[in-house]
Amino acid sequence: MPRYQNIFTQVQLRTLPEYGVPLPMGNEPRVGSPGYSYWLGKIGAAQIGPIYLGKLGMASLICGFLAIEIIGLNMWASVNWDPVQFVRQLPWLALEPPGPEWGFELLVPLAQGGWWQMAGFFMTASVLLWCARTYIRARELGMGTHVTWAFLSAIWLMLVLGFIRPLLMGSWAEAVPFGIFPHLDWTAAFSIRYGNLFYNPFHALSITFLYGSTLLFAMHGATILAVARYGGERELEQITDRGTASERAALFWRWTMGFNASMESIHRWAWWFAVLTTLTGGIGILLTGTVVDNWYLWAVEHNYAPSYPDSGVLDPALQTPTQSEASS
Amino acid sequence: MSRLVPLLAASAALLVLAACEPGGKITQQNGYRGAGLQQVYDPDNFGVPADLPAPPYDLPPDGGPRATETYQNVQVLTDMSTDRFNHLMAAITQWVSPDQGCAYCHDPADMAADTVYTKVVARRMLAMTRNINGRWSDHVGTTGVTCYTCHRGQPVPALVWAQTDQGDPMSVRGQRHGQNMPNANVGYSSLPHDVFNRYLSGDPRVVRVASNSAYPSPAHNVSLKSAEDSFGVMIHLSEALGVNCTHCHNSQSFQSWSQSRAQRATAWYGIRMTRDVNQGYITPLTSVFPASRLGPMGDPYKVNCLTCHRGQAKPLGGLQMLADYPYLRPPAPVSVADQLVEGDVLSEVLGQPEDLTDQSGAPTVQNQE
Repeated sequence: MPRYQNIFTQVQLRTLPEYGVPLPMGNEPRVGSPGYSYWLGKIGAAQIGPIYLGKLGMASLICGFLAIEIIGLNMWASVNWDPVQFVRQLPWLALEPPGPEWGFELLVPLAQGGWWQMAGFFMTASVLLWCARTYIRARELGMGTHVTWAFLSAIWLMLVLGFIRPLLMGSWAEAVPFGIFPHLDWTAAFSIRYGNLFYNPFHALSITFLYGSTLLFAMHGATILAVARYGGERELEQITDRGTASERAALFWRWTMGFNASMESIHRWAWWFAVLTTLTGGIGILLTGTVVDNWYLWAVEHNYAPSYPDSGVLDPALQTPTQSEASS
Repeated sequence: MSRLVPLLAASAALLVLAACEPGGKITQQNGYRGAGLQQVYDPDNFGVPADLPAPPYDLPPDGGPRATETYQNVQVLTDMSTDRFNHLMAAITQWVSPDQGCAYCHDPADMAADTVYTKVVARRMLAMTRNINGRWSDHVGTTGVTCYTCHRGQPVPALVWAQTDQGDPMSVRGQRHGQNMPNANVGYSSLPHDVFNRYLSGDPRVVRVASNSAYPSPAHNVSLKSAEDSFGVMIHLSEALGVNCTHCHNSQSFQSWSQSRAQRATAWYGIRMTRDVNQGYITPLTSVFPASRLGPMGDPYKVNCLTCHRGQAKPLGGLQMLADYPYLRPPAPVSVADQLVEGDVLSEVLGQPEDLTDQSGAPTVQNQE
């Protein structure tokens, strides 16, 4: 039965377009006339549109466009507006935050980091507006607001990196540059500066939740696909029924590991693991440089770093001429 | 099917080009197990270059007339015999100007005259070579250096650096802030590549960025930008020596000396030796060089780790070339740490270790551009 292992959706619905529930008073109409896409239907629902854009959605898109435009044009300017070099060197190009000489000054000259501040402002505005939009859309549909809170957890990490921690450290230079390789080099430099981030327990928690998320995702996805032949993807209808795909899925895990999630709890697990990844990650970044300056030494102090035999190498800067003479 | 074959071949070729380096490798464990203290060496990076020139002839004894008696205007090589002096001159010609010959430095009409600028430079370089072999034995050990370690048969060593134009800091046009471009000096990362001026020349910055204390203190105020600069210069060391970080450091703590290998101390002295060479010997020659020998910003081309190392952890495969030219060593090699004088390049760092981390008075880093 290879169809159950296939990455692509096997069944596409083609009916009159589904318009969804009527929206409450005060909402704008959904825009766009719905159509069908065979290829998008391979990875999701085949129906495209209508979309609810609204004021928040429009404002968010405009801010996001401005942020990307500022970043892209700065990168292009940095290669003297050469389109070929822009493409060739794109992974190396960056929009850098203000240097340490500017501290946490609000208005830095554009070329000295002001463009970075502006791009960061519009990016932040864009994601916050989009976040507010997910809240309002969920409420209007009579849903819970779980998506919004999960999104806020990611925004928390983003703001810690780019705004809250630089604010506490009193320097924009602590923030992450925009750019593909530059932000990776920043990450490595951050760990070097603060004595190995792997000894930051919140970094460890964040990684645990990140990898845990992938484990849960794999277990849940595999379980549901494995009972698809019994209609397992229709989870909610089956929660309370006996002898269904859901019950088989539950039994599988109970028999394999003696314990199983329920159809509801597995989604709570997944949500919390995902949310805690960026929540704990943000705490770990926030504590770095503000509360702890060298995580390795902190871990040594808390009996947390494994100790290896002393290599016997002495810091030459601490050796007085006499000591050096004695040792040589 | 016939279409598939070239497609597969192309993908395989792409994979080989992108991810694989042909040829065997040597792996070596260099420290305590489990700490990733290992190196993967390319055997091509080992060994002595095939074109290494042999000594011009057997080393003559140090007896007989002195060079200062035979020749005029001998200022540095004042302690050797005429025979050895001639031996050195023949060797230098092989090392530095094999095609150009004696006239590259000397006026054939008056060999003692300082009319050719290269003679003035060569004199200073001889003093430098002896200084390296004597005072910097903490870096060069008993292996030492000769002119050939850098020059390799060329009048100007191939791998040198000079200051570059950093552009208008108040314009975004063409402004890369000395980083964010593919650059071999920093292993094609986007790290700051304009690091030699900052770390290996006048008024050098402190390489260390991690704190000696677990907790923040006003005494250790080091910007993340400094960490990127420091990272950049460390990648230069890594590239120049053909080794990974773990050649010197235990990645558990890049900062901890008691977890580091002895090579780290050798490199520590090497960084200071390079500064001494650039500040003490090359930069003072600025007015001697003709404009064509200066870099785009008007400073002479200077040395970094790559100039001697050229991808080898030990230059020239660790060959003790100096053994054939003992006169390039001053009479009694001494450790630099034993020899500190007030006002020395090193004295303030060695005398006040807290300076290594004390960068109080934030903000600490000023763009030099």
